[in-house]
Amino acid sequence: MRSDDPNITWIKEPELRLAGRMYLPLFAEGLATTFRHMAKAITNPVTVSYPEEEPDIGNPLIYRGVHRLNRDEQGRVRCVACFMCATACPAYCIDIIGAESPWPDREKYPESFTIDELRCIYCGMCEEACPVDAIELTSLYNLTGRSREEMIFDKEKLLSVYDVTKDQEPTKSTRMGVKAPS
Amino acid sequence: MGTVIIDGQEVELKDGERLNCIQLAARVQNDIPRYCWHPGLTVVASCRMCLVQIGKKDPKTGEISITPKLVPGCQTLVSDGMVIVTTSDEVKNSRAMVEEDLLLRHPVDCPICDKAGECYLQDYHFQYGRDERRADIKPFTSRRREMGDTITLFVDRCVMCTRCVRFTREISGTNEMMIIDRGARDEIDVFPGFPLANKLSGNVADICPVGALCDKEFLYEQRVWYMKSHDNVCAGCSTGCSIFVHENQERIYRLMPRENQQINQWWMCDDGRYGWKHVHDEQRVTTPRKREGDTYTNIEWSPLLAGLDATLKNAKRLAVVLSPMLTVEEAYLLAKYARTIDEHALIAVGYVPVEGEDETFKSGFTIRAEKCPNRLGVSKVASHFQGELVAWSDLPARLASETFDALWLTGGYGHAWLADDMAATLVNIPTLIVQDMFTSAAYEAATYQLPGASFAEREGSYVNHADRLQSFQWAIRPPQGVQPEGRVYWQLLKLPGLYNGRRVMEDLAREIVYFAAAQQPVPPTGVDLKVNLLAAQPAGATV
Repeated sequence: MRSDDPNITWIKEPELRLAGRMYLPLFAEGLATTFRHMAKAITNPVTVSYPEEEPDIGNPLIYRGVHRLNRDEQGRVRCVACFMCATACPAYCIDIIGAESPWPDREKYPESFTIDELRCIYCGMCEEACPVDAIELTSLYNLTGRSREEMIFDKEKLLSVYDVTKDQEPTKSTRMGVKAPS
Repeated sequence: MGTVIIDGQEVELKDGERLNCIQLAARVQNDIPRYCWHPGLTVVASCRMCLVQIGKKDPKTGEISITPKLVPGCQTLVSDGMVIVTTSDEVKNSRAMVEEDLLLRHPVDCPICDKAGECYLQDYHFQYGRDERRADIKPFTSRRREMGDTITLFVDRCVMCTRCVRFTREISGTNEMMIIDRGARDEIDVFPGFPLANKLSGNVADICPVGALCDKEFLYEQRVWYMKSHDNVCAGCSTGCSIFVHENQERIYRLMPRENQQINQWWMCDDGRYGWKHVHDEQRVTTPRKREGDTYTNIEWSPLLAGLDATLKNAKRLAVVLSPMLTVEEAYLLAKYARTIDEHALIAVGYVPVEGEDETFKSGFTIRAEKCPNRLGVSKVASHFQGELVAWSDLPARLASETFDALWLTGGYGHAWLADDMAATLVNIPTLIVQDMFTSAAYEAATYQLPGASFAEREGSYVNHADRLQSFQWAIRPPQGVQPEGRVYWQLLKLPGLYNGRRVMEDLAREIVYFAAAQQPVPPTGVDLKVNLLAAQPAGATV
């Protein structure tokens, strides 16, 4: 998006009025907000004693947990190896090797697709960058492993995360009412 | 002489200059978008992207009259008093409409298109195109058609600029590519049974402004924005084309021509373009080794060089063979090192590979039969030290007539090169030092085995067949265990700091008259050593 795009509305920070210039009124107002939240937290705590108690993850559509690679209707990996996720990734944890696809209706596919889950910062940029809704973050959060190698997820493992989670969490685009790309 | 006004800015023309609007605009950093125009090809003015407004300034009244119709900038030569407008609404609308038309039937498969990131269609659409698509037709097909062994065509991505067709007609002169059908259904194709099979075929993928023609070698290997570009010089033949090495994490992905009007214009041949595979060959030697008796021991570089230095200082007669794959600087340093040990050391030029005949194309582009980049430069260095030129073919006779205690053989070729009879002669020398990329009969018998660098790992200068010297820096680091030749010689000569090609060249240009023109920093397109010499020498003298 260009900076002169007509769809962008540029707004200015409002100027300080009298109460702001006198400092103390707004200072007291801010402190009141702090104490209000403190009271709320004491009466109704948001923390849970994990692992005895499982947290409520809220909206799974926006939760950022373990990645998965989605499959298309024919069960093939949906990824087209465009490297957009790897380019967007700020932690450089995605490694893809692209190749000509073995299927007649597709041109390119990932020969190998690896995510280093230890290096990942779970920012969700990959999901946002993906043009074909192939990579998604699930609401699985309790990811553990016994070695570093185990935490480097390859294509098969990422697809198996999809197989495990597809019933509870269908692809996000369908849940949000968008037709999946054909 | 004359003055042209472009967007209110006055540009002076030199005498006899023939420039079109695009070239003139480039002088004031105004990039007029275009698809079909290429400086090396004829003008067809078919893409209509470079349309500009032109007018005339009346010299008496100073009044400017603009012609009502837009004209193609590529086809319009500028003249004195001409006015060019590239920022008006008419021009902007025209560009947006051309972009919209081209994208009507374009598959917009940028995510899987290899050209994405260096695509004119992408760049121009971002800069000049409309924000949203008005057409509701969705012809998102992506048909693929093979052009030949090196090039594949994605038919629907094509914008019909016909650069490739003109290239095969005007530059390679082989006429393989053509347009089939007419009007909106026209496509690029080759005639059945006559695929694109000339030695310049790779260039059509470079000049294709969109992702229609793709290089099969490079297809899906790497996205272009990951690669870093390094200026380099092709080591494939003695033409010495200026090239870019595109590399990511010390791995070469492709070589591309770099514009150099004195040598290769905008082109390079397929032999050079795909001739980098040996750099990443598994068979490359990467461990420096020393022989003791019949067994070899792996040894670190610094103790190896110390031992080597001591061994050579004990030797009485020394010979070095300077490979024409070495840079001028490396050859000079090795020759100098040999002469500091034995002041009568034999300095010979190594094996010069020659394959077939010179091959010249319609545009004059020539692939030389001499398959090494620097025979001339190394020969000049060798003959400067030796006083005469001792070629590879003279070496057996010299070895037979004199006894040498040590011989330093340099290689660096991308293939097996050492003939058996020559190897048999060399193995009789008591101390044999071989510096090469691949193993050979001589390497197997060497006292010291030094793994050598490839062209992309060197730093220095080559002199091409026409006495043009081009300097370049390394593009990738050598594999673990390999030291580039220049660095080894620099350490042996105990020079301060790290190997620096430019510093060596400054000394060298002072010492050897032939290289005098390289005393000053060498521009990216190189420097002609011959011109300088002809001016300095009396008429009739041989250089």
